[in-house]
Amino acid sequence: MSAAWRVGVDPRRCIGTGICAGTAPEHFQLVGGLSTPLADVVEPADPVIDAADSCPVEAITVRDAADDRLIAPEG
Amino acid sequence: MTESAQITESRTVPPARPYPFSTADRLVVDPTYAELRENEPLTRVKLPYGEEAWLATRYEDVRTVLGDARFGRAPAVQRDEPRLTPRQQYSGMLTMDPPDHSRLRRLVAKAFTARRVEALRPRAQEIADGLVDEMLRLGPPVDLVEHFATPLPIQVICELLGVPYADRDRFHTWSEAIVSTTSLPLQTIQEYLNNLWGYIGELVAERRREPQIDDLLGALVRARDENEDRLSETELVELAAGLLAAGHETTVTQIPNFVYVLLQHPEQLTRLRADPSLVPAAVEELLRYVPLGVGSSFARYAKEDVEVGGVLVRAGEPVLGSLSSANRDGTVFADPDRLDLGREQNPHMGFGHGVHHCVGAQLARMELQVAVTTLTTRLPGLRLAVPEPELEWKRGMLVRGLLGMPVAW
Repeated sequence: MSAAWRVGVDPRRCIGTGICAGTAPEHFQLVGGLSTPLADVVEPADPVIDAADSCPVEAITVRDAADDRLIAPEG
Repeated sequence: MTESAQITESRTVPPARPYPFSTADRLVVDPTYAELRENEPLTRVKLPYGEEAWLATRYEDVRTVLGDARFGRAPAVQRDEPRLTPRQQYSGMLTMDPPDHSRLRRLVAKAFTARRVEALRPRAQEIADGLVDEMLRLGPPVDLVEHFATPLPIQVICELLGVPYADRDRFHTWSEAIVSTTSLPLQTIQEYLNNLWGYIGELVAERRREPQIDDLLGALVRARDENEDRLSETELVELAAGLLAAGHETTVTQIPNFVYVLLQHPEQLTRLRADPSLVPAAVEELLRYVPLGVGSSFARYAKEDVEVGGVLVRAGEPVLGSLSSANRDGTVFADPDRLDLGREQNPHMGFGHGVHHCVGAQLARMELQVAVTTLTTRLPGLRLAVPEPELEWKRGMLVRGLLGMPVAW
């Protein structure tokens, strides 16, 4: 497991379902109706993966902060 | 009440109003919601079954109740939850909170992403075109519910899940059990649910005998068999049954509702026919405008004291959020009671909000877009074949919709 993850939300894809903010409230919040990560680089945590895998428009990406490898969403 | 109790009770709990406020009348939103949004944004209600609840009617408050992690669904299983149905649901995704809920949700969500759903669009279009071909062959009048609105979503969900479409008459009957309020006796509801679960159980067994079957049911069976912590056998069967049933009473109901609203707004329908690129925006506006549910269900329980709409909701109390009311909130939607197919800012809550936001939302959007496009382009003279007052509406169900819709063109 890598030491840190980089979390991104694509605002052009986000439709503001609020699934991520409910799934991982410590990592995402809705600002002006759209999802925003509370921090860009985070310690690995399951809810972040759950949120990325549950987003219906695949707006959330989780990458290894060291080598940029895609961790979620699953293909 | 003792004096000390009065001091600690820093709020007044008003007497509960019977809810829903009135018997559903076609697709009319009860004016009580507008009054409450204005004067009493959190009100006390008593549903036909279960304990009293709070009801939130303003957009922002409904977003809080549905989206804020201080509220949850899991406590409902321990309580006599406020509900419209005689039967209380004790399992499934809608009675779970993160992280338990997330474990199931992400397994299913993968199959319903916008990307996966877009790949199904050509097939949905092919099915829709075939159904219109058959309507043209039969000639008017044709029942739109029977010949278009029902078969389109059912065939799509059958192919996606891997359920034989040939069995549709059986599971269509059983699926009604999930959305029945008073239309079926409780004993029949339980019998139908058992039939539905048994039927899905057989399909699951088939996937185990033939693991190469590549459909959503097969993928769920593999997810369970690879790691039993991810999904129990009961969860697997109930989940698949829920997905099959959800494909029946939602999109099937909304297609005729949408056509009905469009026919009631001829100037908007003309606008749509002149510019088919409006279809995606039109579908969003119809999702906002049509109050699909007869009333709110699935109360969220406060996990701690939370202020909503100026009222202190105590930890453990259930709160309902009215989607139909939120969708008519004038602080968010300009001229909210007007249907405007070109509405640009439309963050409606037709699919709910938060972790339980409809898992099939992208599929429903695609199907509704295909349905509206196909009907408006291929049947440009589409109209009711009976006077509007003769239309028959569903009764004793969670959703509002037409039992039949005779149309000509």
